[in-house]
Amino acid sequence: MNLIKTSHNRRSFLKTSTVAGGGFVLGFSWLTACQTADPVKEAVVKAMPKEWFNINSFLKIGDNGIVTIMSPNPEIGQNVKTAMPMIVAEELDVAWEDVVVEQAPLNTKDFSRQLAGGSQSIRHGWDGLRMAGATARRMLLEAAAKQWEVPVGELTTSEGIIYHKGSGKEMGYGDIASAANGMVVPEEIGLKDPKDFKIIGTDRLNVDGKKIVTGQPLFGLDIQEEGMKIAMIVHPPAFGMKLKSFDGDAIKSMPGITDVFSINTQPKGVELQWSDKNNVFPEMVAIVGESTWQVMKAKKALKVEWGPGSKSESSADHEATLTKFMSQKAKEVARRDGNPEAVFASSDNKIVERTYTAPFLAHNTMEPMNFYANVTADKAILNGPIQTPEFAEKSIASLLGMDPEQITIDMTRMGGGFGRRLYGHFVTEAALISKQAKSPIKLVYTREDDMTHGIYRPAYKVTYKAALDADNNLVAFHVRGAGTHGSPVFANRFPAGAVDNYLAENHTKESNISTGAWRAPRSNFIACAEQCFLDEVAKEAGKDPIDFRLALFDKAIANPVGEKNDYDAERYAGVLKLVKEKANWSNPANGVHRGVSAYFCHNSYVAQVVDVVMEDNLPKVQKVHCAVDCGIVINPLSAKNQIEGGIIDGIGHAMFSGMTFDNGKPDQTNFDTYRLIRHTEAPASIETHFVDNGIKPTGLGEPSLPPIAAAVANAIASATGERLYSQPFIANKKVLG
Amino acid sequence: MAVYNLTINGKKHQVDVDPDTPILWVLRDNINLVGTKYGCGIGQCGACTVHLDGNAVRSCSLPVSKVAEQKITTIEGLSETGTHPLQEAWLAHDVPQCGYCQAGQIMNAASLLTNNPNPSDADIAAGMNGNICRCGTYTRIQAAIKTAATKMG
Ligand code: FES
Ligand code: FES
Repeated sequence: MNLIKTSHNRRSFLKTSTVAGGGFVLGFSWLTACQTADPVKEAVVKAMPKEWFNINSFLKIGDNGIVTIMSPNPEIGQNVKTAMPMIVAEELDVAWEDVVVEQAPLNTKDFSRQLAGGSQSIRHGWDGLRMAGATARRMLLEAAAKQWEVPVGELTTSEGIIYHKGSGKEMGYGDIASAANGMVVPEEIGLKDPKDFKIIGTDRLNVDGKKIVTGQPLFGLDIQEEGMKIAMIVHPPAFGMKLKSFDGDAIKSMPGITDVFSINTQPKGVELQWSDKNNVFPEMVAIVGESTWQVMKAKKALKVEWGPGSKSESSADHEATLTKFMSQKAKEVARRDGNPEAVFASSDNKIVERTYTAPFLAHNTMEPMNFYANVTADKAILNGPIQTPEFAEKSIASLLGMDPEQITIDMTRMGGGFGRRLYGHFVTEAALISKQAKSPIKLVYTREDDMTHGIYRPAYKVTYKAALDADNNLVAFHVRGAGTHGSPVFANRFPAGAVDNYLAENHTKESNISTGAWRAPRSNFIACAEQCFLDEVAKEAGKDPIDFRLALFDKAIANPVGEKNDYDAERYAGVLKLVKEKANWSNPANGVHRGVSAYFCHNSYVAQVVDVVMEDNLPKVQKVHCAVDCGIVINPLSAKNQIEGGIIDGIGHAMFSGMTFDNGKPDQTNFDTYRLIRHTEAPASIETHFVDNGIKPTGLGEPSLPPIAAAVANAIASATGERLYSQPFIANKKVLG
Repeated sequence: MAVYNLTINGKKHQVDVDPDTPILWVLRDNINLVGTKYGCGIGQCGACTVHLDGNAVRSCSLPVSKVAEQKITTIEGLSETGTHPLQEAWLAHDVPQCGYCQAGQIMNAASLLTNNPNPSDADIAAGMNGNICRCGTYTRIQAAIKTAATKMG
């Protein structure tokens, strides 16, 4: 057991406060209780407790030993609602079967990072969650020691029972929970040695699983409240356009329609949050009515006049500008080592140069944007799917002129996020509409609204150049990246640090098309480009692609170039070696073509080997072998699910998806024109292997996506001889090779 | 507006809605059965799948006026206790990520298994191709359907 001091956290996160209904609560800088217990657990639990005792704000214990654990962060399908409580339960030392999980509401006062983004919930939550469980356990032990008049050091616990060996006494947490009331928060607590973990590292079912498969209300779109109306918006049909006028009266007489008005979520003087800044459609028309279908029909019938706001852009313009950048030196040099120009100029060296391109992507969460709002003179009650509730609260406070105390935000389970719900313009829209309509409303985006008012993955282009010396060593490396609203290049990622002469530079194309974070921002493109390129360089050098990469890591381990390299070369090489072994790399089955790729992002390392077979001249990904180093794995079952999801997502978007624009107007508006990967195109099997190293956990929701596209492209190249430089690889192409 | 008598999950319901209202919105707005999801509204994603006399249909594209006597089954009515072999297989394989598409996937799979109790891998993939899962749970869906098929067979 490792002893750690709790005192340094006390001011920020341990505050004793009484709660209504008795008991007490320690304000662990996070939450208070709310709804939804897990039905699977309810089935196990015979009787709900008659009384709950709040031990701290993460957990309360019932008189029968049942423990309610709060999940603080938004759930977007990354399964933190299961994983975060598992960590608390582990240190509390309680049987998982005696746990019920509740989603915590937003509590900005006592709370840190109630946000879903950057695959960081577990990484940032790890220490705090462990401490919450361990502190509660310690308080229960101290209460028991006092009652039995024995030294606390003589007590042990197992699965919610406290034991005193000397006297043979034992009692459940439920029996002593009330005595923990008034207990001083311990100065020092013990944390478990990871080798003693009983819950962390074991497969646990999704706590919302039963509700999902039986269709119970869980999502924002499922919210039904007394007196609630349905609201929809009509936003400009093209980027660069803005609202001029509309004929609301003509649709007001349609059945069920109660209100038509315009809103502006960014009037002068309103304080914009990070999450508002890329919203380019602050002004729009709102339609309010009794039922979804009635409002949808009115929306179609509404006549709106749009005027020019800024110059409209087309995908061809973006392509031309990004292409031009590729032959221009950039002003922004992100990193330079040695003298790359001189090495490239030397005629002794072999030069390889390739350019890679990818389009804008929409997030297309299966559940379109939506939010519930009930705004009255002195209160704003909001509920729905949002990855950044804290920002949304600030935006609404400024927009409505309210104090944060007047605003309540609850979080529903989200039908996907992928970064889209970081940008909560729909929350402010819902609040404004409710205020103006003087009614509780649920704002619902149609699929078309959702897809054409995107905060898209930017369009990207990058050119790589490598120099190989006479012995086929990589002696210089140059990357020049460009993108709308920023370059995709990470200055200090591999192969920076493994090459003596290195240059990274960035171009940016400003645009009036809104872009933002899309699952594994920048990595989702640059990993594919870089790993495709390294494959070609390895081939040019006459080396096996895995051995070629491993040699570079050997150099970065033994003799790293520069000091800022943001990866651990040993862990990077570790996943490559693991996947090489597990896939039996050198011995693919007959007719199987292989490609490899590896990438580091969100503090985790992933390497993949892909098996491709050709069917009717089209590549079919048959199997993916994947090695992952994300430190301690909390819940292997759902961790594997995340890895598989990232892989399928990555294959799908690289192969099939893209968003294009014609004079600012999106060419794709729904799933008939925007192609997403489907069942028949998904790999038949995915095998995931985790590195077991006991290191503190890191990101899991994103890291498996970036490398996969390159592994597929490299396998296709080995199957067909054709290298793919432009995504989507086979959107409009029927045949390869 | 017009009055319709519908049989949903074995129960009679009377609704007064526009004749062109898709069953999806009747279920969600009028009957408060929200397990059936909206994903695209144009028959492309399968999130809204329900059964009409046992066969999978896209409820977003089915106007209430076309239903007449046909019986509607939604995810809430697939089994009384949520223990249809597909639902159990879905839990055992821990299929859902965000979970939003899964009701539609399960309803589609149920109809697939009714029509083809012993599907091959290719049958499953082809039969499920109209249901998008944005989270990418396809391999698990495949496995769960096989498990359920074995159990039901
Ligand atoms: S909502 Fe019906 S198929 Fe997409
Ligand atoms: S589980 Fe999220 S869309 Fe299928």
